Formats: sequence, structure tokens, C-alpha cells
Amino acid sequence: MMSSSLDPSSQTSVVLDPAVPTGPIEKQWDEHRRQLRMVAPNNRRKFDVIVVGSGLAGASCAATLGEQGYNVKCFCFQDSPRRAHSIAAQGGINAAKNYQNDGDSAYRLFYDTIKGGDFRSRESNVWRLAEASVNIIDQAVAQGVPFAREYGGMLENRSFGGVQVSRTFYARGQTGQQLLLGAYQALARQIAAGTVEMFTRTEMLDVVVVNGRASGIVVRDLRTGVVSSHAGHAVVLATGGYSNVYYLSTNAMGCNVTAAWRAHRKGAYFANPCYTQIHPTCIPQSAEHQSKLTLMSESLRNDGRIWVPKDSRGRHPVDVPEAERDYYLERKYPSFGNLVPRDVASRNAKTVVDREQGVGPLKNGVYLDFADAIGRLGQDAIEARYGNLFEMYERITGENPYQSPMRIYPAPHYTMGGLWVDYNLMSNLEGLFVLGEANFSDHGANRLGASALMQGLADGYFIAPYTVANYLAGRLGETASTSDQAFVETERAVSDRSERYLSCSGSRTVDSFHRELGRIVWDECGMSRTAAGLEQAIGRIRSLHQEYHSDVKVVGSADAINQSLERAGRVEDFFELAELMCRDALDRNESAGGHFREEHQTEEGEAQRDDENYSYVSAWAWNNGEPATLHKEPLEFDVVRPSQRSYK
Amino acid sequence: MNLTLKVWRQENAQDAGRFEEHQLSDVSADSSFLEMLDQLNERLESAGESPVVFDHDCREGICGACGLMINGQAHGHRARTTACQLHMREFSDGETITIEPWRSGSFPVMRDLMVDRSAFDRIIQSGGFISVNTGSAPEANLIPVPKEKSDAAFDAATCIGCGACVAQCPNGAAQLFTAAKVGHLGAVPQGDPEADQRVVNMVEQMQEEGFGSCTNHRECEAACPKGISISWIAGLNRGYLKAKLRGVDRRS
Repeated sequence: MMSSSLDPSSQTSVVLDPAVPTGPIEKQWDEHRRQLRMVAPNNRRKFDVIVVGSGLAGASCAATLGEQGYNVKCFCFQDSPRRAHSIAAQGGINAAKNYQNDGDSAYRLFYDTIKGGDFRSRESNVWRLAEASVNIIDQAVAQGVPFAREYGGMLENRSFGGVQVSRTFYARGQTGQQLLLGAYQALARQIAAGTVEMFTRTEMLDVVVVNGRASGIVVRDLRTGVVSSHAGHAVVLATGGYSNVYYLSTNAMGCNVTAAWRAHRKGAYFANPCYTQIHPTCIPQSAEHQSKLTLMSESLRNDGRIWVPKDSRGRHPVDVPEAERDYYLERKYPSFGNLVPRDVASRNAKTVVDREQGVGPLKNGVYLDFADAIGRLGQDAIEARYGNLFEMYERITGENPYQSPMRIYPAPHYTMGGLWVDYNLMSNLEGLFVLGEANFSDHGANRLGASALMQGLADGYFIAPYTVANYLAGRLGETASTSDQAFVETERAVSDRSERYLSCSGSRTVDSFHRELGRIVWDECGMSRTAAGLEQAIGRIRSLHQEYHSDVKVVGSADAINQSLERAGRVEDFFELAELMCRDALDRNESAGGHFREEHQTEEGEAQRDDENYSYVSAWAWNNGEPATLHKEPLEFDVVRPSQRSYK
Repeated sequence: MNLTLKVWRQENAQDAGRFEEHQLSDVSADSSFLEMLDQLNERLESAGESPVVFDHDCREGICGACGLMINGQAHGHRARTTACQLHMREFSDGETITIEPWRSGSFPVMRDLMVDRSAFDRIIQSGGFISVNTGSAPEANLIPVPKEKSDAAFDAATCIGCGACVAQCPNGAAQLFTAAKVGHLGAVPQGDPEADQRVVNMVEQMQEEGFGSCTNHRECEAACPKGISISWIAGLNRGYLKAKLRGVDRRS
């Protein structure tokens, strides 16, 4: 049933089976759980489980497995698990609670997610996600997460893009922070209880495969540079997404693809790498020196109106009369208006900026205007809803958004692609589980707002603990040990790689290469793509990668804190990933969600899918640097019939 | 802008450390403080010198990774702003800026501007949580929580664990950090059952970590990038005293 018998470096394309249970979709997960194997409480301490990453997915998974009695080792590169980038998620988390009595249900959430993902996600996974969503809210509230509440003491909701119900739970503009702290505290409790051993400032640099199974990892202690091995009966990767391939993104500076990519190099398939989300509401780039872009929560679109002047005279926004403004989203999509899904909002912003209607000193933004909302509700109400976001905007730009509209522009924010996993969230590499943004599974070609937190926590709290146990049950009696020669060889390869960077003595810093790479990927594999551009990009990436090998300059040594050395490895992985993204985008000769091929659009400029030929997940196998081999998982839609998405 | 930077350099915890002076020109007023340091590092690296080590990650003021003493003030002079959100337009052309790591015995310097704040993690591990296993939670709306309480809980929960409170305190006390977590979890009904044990465990762990004592200087409150009020410290002291009077001892 599983593809585990495959030779990971197989040159021939195969059809992947995700091992989805049979039967009606609403019963699949229940039925599956009834059939999963279990590990008795007294046997659990005999199993070592490695969890890499301590964000929502990693922390929740490590804590839950610890509570159940497994020996867990959890790793993060930050100085504390509380700093994982989930902390920065602003807007909220969806759950089909239907507290607002506006017709929500698991089916609605499922339907919205499938449609929002432009019919490129796996139905069974999405249904399970919608079901689990309600448990997440219960769990978080019990942990003390201070969600927004009504005066009567009940939980409050708001609306997010791409849906017509209010199902988003939030804690001001810091929902990710509060949910992560909940998971972090659950993890802290297990660390104190001794079930989880935490390794901070420790970066995973490879996965170790013994007899075709993921059997451990090799890590580098970022304080001392010591490279060491850890064995486990199972390895769980919850290492986030790869938006930093673009250099400028809303991701934290440390976010990287290294753990996932090194696993890919060891045989795990990388799925749908070209599905990247360019978030519509970010602060436009102001200059060359910029190190990152800052997101302004999508929740702002509930009250802000997006517009550009109809002309390009460059007047101050308040001087532009109503009749000379183009509220282009409201005009084109009357029923969803400013709350269209992210891919649609982003593409439309690009269209008006490309038409030279952009605003701001570099003419690289559109307005997000709160004047009407302030007039209707008063400044106090707007401050209560978005105060921290307005403050952040003012700090970064030096402009007051209560007085003149914000300027926004799309920026890389989330990546739907990731390591391929089956219904159990296990990759084709046996024993390697992948959770949260690091896997590809639930969002298809575009993720809806407030769904990333939901998926990370569903995977970590409610799915992986069952499916990892099922896998472990079959390993009872085996010892996890680092004695195999594969560990020694992997450690050596990791150390050799560091030496290679340090001994290169080139002339350019890692960051300067990263910036140049990011520019190529943004221009050719960003908001819109063409076959010619992608082909050219592959060539440019390859030659820049060559130059990286011969001309990168990394100072310092491998046996101490060396932040440039850390980045050197991560950027090299981005080079390889960038090439694969372009190949994937080239192969996908259609538009879908965040993947917009200019050759494939409707008359109105919307993404035009080709269901007949591309209704599949692209899962790429590493070929030792040669072009990757494409394997396909056909997508089947039994519940929702794929149609042209319409938000009009 | 042209700037003179006096940056703290220290090889490791054993090294005595020293200030190093650098002239930096062509700094954009729109860049953030950390981007200004990136610019310095890019120059140092290009010249084959070792870049200044500092912790940073989200650069949005929420992860709590960055922490610099800028001209003697934690995160710099702008109120309620982390170093990563502080922009160079807040400084003047030609200014000399002194940059140091957090100074506290409980936050040993690891290298340059990077310190070890794991003591904070251990304080949380001692009791900064609500003991609820995954799966055992009741329906979320079963227990109504008054909006005022929920909002108050959030005000405390907004702490980012950066350590500015400790760095700014003349005693190197960690009361504000500890009080914020005790206050957050004590403000919601879900936190009630463990309230006494939590405050005793966390306060005594804090003392064990070697942080100083609070003598109400209020420097922590002024330095806190999230504006957490010292009234939480009053609550912490009250809670601790009550729990001790009830005979609660530390338990792990």
C-alpha cells in the first residue's frame, strides 16, 4: 500500500499511493484510528522519538508524545523553543465551531479549504483537518490561551479571506504567539517531567538512514560546533517552510529549508515546491538594505479598503477624490470584495502596480485605507482591533496609518509545498514523519488565512501522536542506536561540508549570494511565471550556484559560534531548492492558486487550471544533483467537484 | 547617515571582553537597527574579520530573540520597541552609539552581544503552565471567561521573554518576567487549580537562578517592549505570600 519499497533514487516515474482509508470521507479518520496499531503505556518508554523543530507542530507533537510516555528528544536552532517562527503569526486560527450560528460546519471549512487551495489538495487530509479544528480550540483554551472574548465571556470570532462565515479565533494581532506559548508551556511541562529532552541552539544537518528507514539525525551544536548523532525509532520533522528562498520574505531570518532538504537528499520526495504563497498585505520594500519584509495581518482587510488612484499623478492619497480612486477588488469581486483569497488579492495588486498605478516613493504599493472604518466605528474601535499592527506600521515606515492610508504590497509569506507525506503524515522514507508547513499536504496551491496555525496544531496534537504510535508498534524490540556505520559517515559528511565553506576563501559573503538568488526566484518564480522565464532562471541559478562553490567567503572556524557558517549551509540548500521550484513550475503547465503561469489565464486574468492533465501532486526525487525525477500522486475528488474558482 | 559604533566584543564567557570602535557611513535612515548591524557585519566579513555575533530572528518585535543595550538602554531609547523595530531615523547623523549585551549574572555572555537566557526557560519549566494533557480539554465555551479577565490575561501573556526587564534592572531581577506568566495563568479560571503551587515553584526557581531581588525601581516596566505593568509584580508577591502562609512548598 505504501511506496516504501521504492528505491528513492529511482529514475522512473511512479504513481504514489497516499494510503488514504476507504469509505465515506466523514468516517475515514475514525475508522483509520480504530485500525491503527497502539503501543501499551508500559512499552512507550522503550521508544525514542526525535522531533526537529519547536514551532506549533513540533512543540505540540513533542509535548503530546511526552505526555503519552515516549522518550522524546526535541531540537531547535533558536536559543529557546518559544522563539520558533509560529510566534509571529498574527491574524488567527480557524475552527468549525459555528459559535456565530452562521452556518459553519466541518464540511464548510473543508469545502472552503479545498476551493481556496484551487483543487490541488488531498480531500481526505483536509476533511480530517476540519474535524480536528474544533479540538484545537478546546485544547488551547484549557491551556489558558487568552483568545478574544465577548462581554458575556464567550469566545469571539472574526472573518478571514476566501470564506463567508466568521470562524477565526484570535488573540489581538498575536494569535500565533499565544498559541505557541501554549504549546511551549505544554512542552516545558514535559521537559520538567523528564519525558522530553530539549536541545536548543542545535541545528539538524542530516537524517541518517539505516536499512531504508530514518533512524536518527546528525546535528551541530551552534555554541560549540560539535557535530553529533542522535538515534530514534522515528524522526519527526516540523521545520517550517522555505519562503526565505526569496531572501526577502515575511519569515524570520533563521527560517530555512535545510532539515527538509537534507531529508530530501536522503530520499524523501519534495512535493509541489512551486506552490508558494505571496501574501497581499505586507509593507512594501523601501530600499536595498532591507533584510526582511513585514506582514500586516490579513485581518486588516476586514475593515480596510484597498485602492489605487486611477491615474499616476502621485498625489497625496487624501487629495485623491473618491471618483478618481479604483477600489479594484470591490469592483471586480463584489461578493467577496477585499476579502478574496490571498493569491487573488496579490495578483490584482501586481496587475495595478505593473500598470504604473502603484503608490509610495517607489510606486511599489497599493493603499489599504481605514478612513471609512474610522468614520463608521471611531478611531478607538479600530485601535482596539488593530492597535499593535498600526503601531508596527508606524515604527517601520514613520507614517501614521490613522491619518493616511497604509501602503501594502505582496511578499513571500508561506509555502504550501513541502516534503511529500501519506495519510499518516509519513514521507516515502519510512520512519520520517513531516508536520506543519514542512509537509505539503493540506493547502493545495493556495492556503487560506488562519489555516496555518490550525494545520500545525492539528498535525502535532491530534494526528501524528496516533500515526507515529502506529509506526512504533511495529518496531517493538528494536533498539535505537548510533552504532551503525551510517552515523559515522553522515557525521563526516556534515563536517566536510563545513570545511568546504571555510576553506573556500572566496570574495563574496553568503548574504550577497542569497540576495542575488532571491532576486532571480522572485522575478521568475514569484507572483507570475512563464516558461521562458523559468528556463532562463534555472540556468542563472545553476551558474550562480557554481560561483557560490568557488567564490563564497566564510570567516571564522567550525568549532565555535559562527553565524555565517550556519547561513552558508542554509543558502546552499536554497540554491538546490530554487532550481527544483523552477522545474516544478515549468512542469506544471497550468495555473493553480499561487502558481500563476502567464500562459494560462482566463479572459479576466484569473488562474486557469488544467484538471485533465495536472490534477496531481508533483513529488520530486533527488538525483544527486541531476534534474530530479517526477513522481505523481493523482488527486481524486469524491466530495467536491473541481470548478473554476469564483469570488465574484 | 554616518555613525560611530562602540560595540562590545567578547570571544566567549571566559574572555574579559572589550569595546571595539567602528565608523559606519551611508547608513539609511529607513533601516532598522539590526540592518545597520548587518551592514557593519557585511563590511567586516568582506574584509575577512569576524562579524559581530548577536541573536535575532523574526525582526518584527515578537520572537524576543534580539536584545541589545543601546546607549545604556535595553532595546534603545524608544519606548515599547524592540531593537529590531528601532529604526535609524531615531538617531542623528554623526552620533556615537554604544552597543552592549544584556548584563546580568544569570545571562552569561556567550559571544559578543549574544547571551544565554536559558534561565527563563527553566523558570517556565518549574511551573509556568496549566497541566492539561492533549485530548482532555472540555468544550471551549463551557467555562465563560469575563472579557476583562481575558484581556488582563493577554496583557501579561504578551511578554516575549527577551530579558530587557532583567538587563535594565539595577538588581538584575526577573520579577517582571515571572510575574507576567504567573499573572497570565492566574487571570483565567483554567489556571486556578495550580495557582499556589505555580507561584511558589516559579519564584523559588527564579531565586535559584541567581536573579536579584526587586526593590521597585520600575526600570523593568519602562524597558519592557510590550509595556507590561509592574502591578503584576505586586500580584506575584501577594500570591507568593498567600501560598507560603497556606504552607505550600516547592514541588517538582
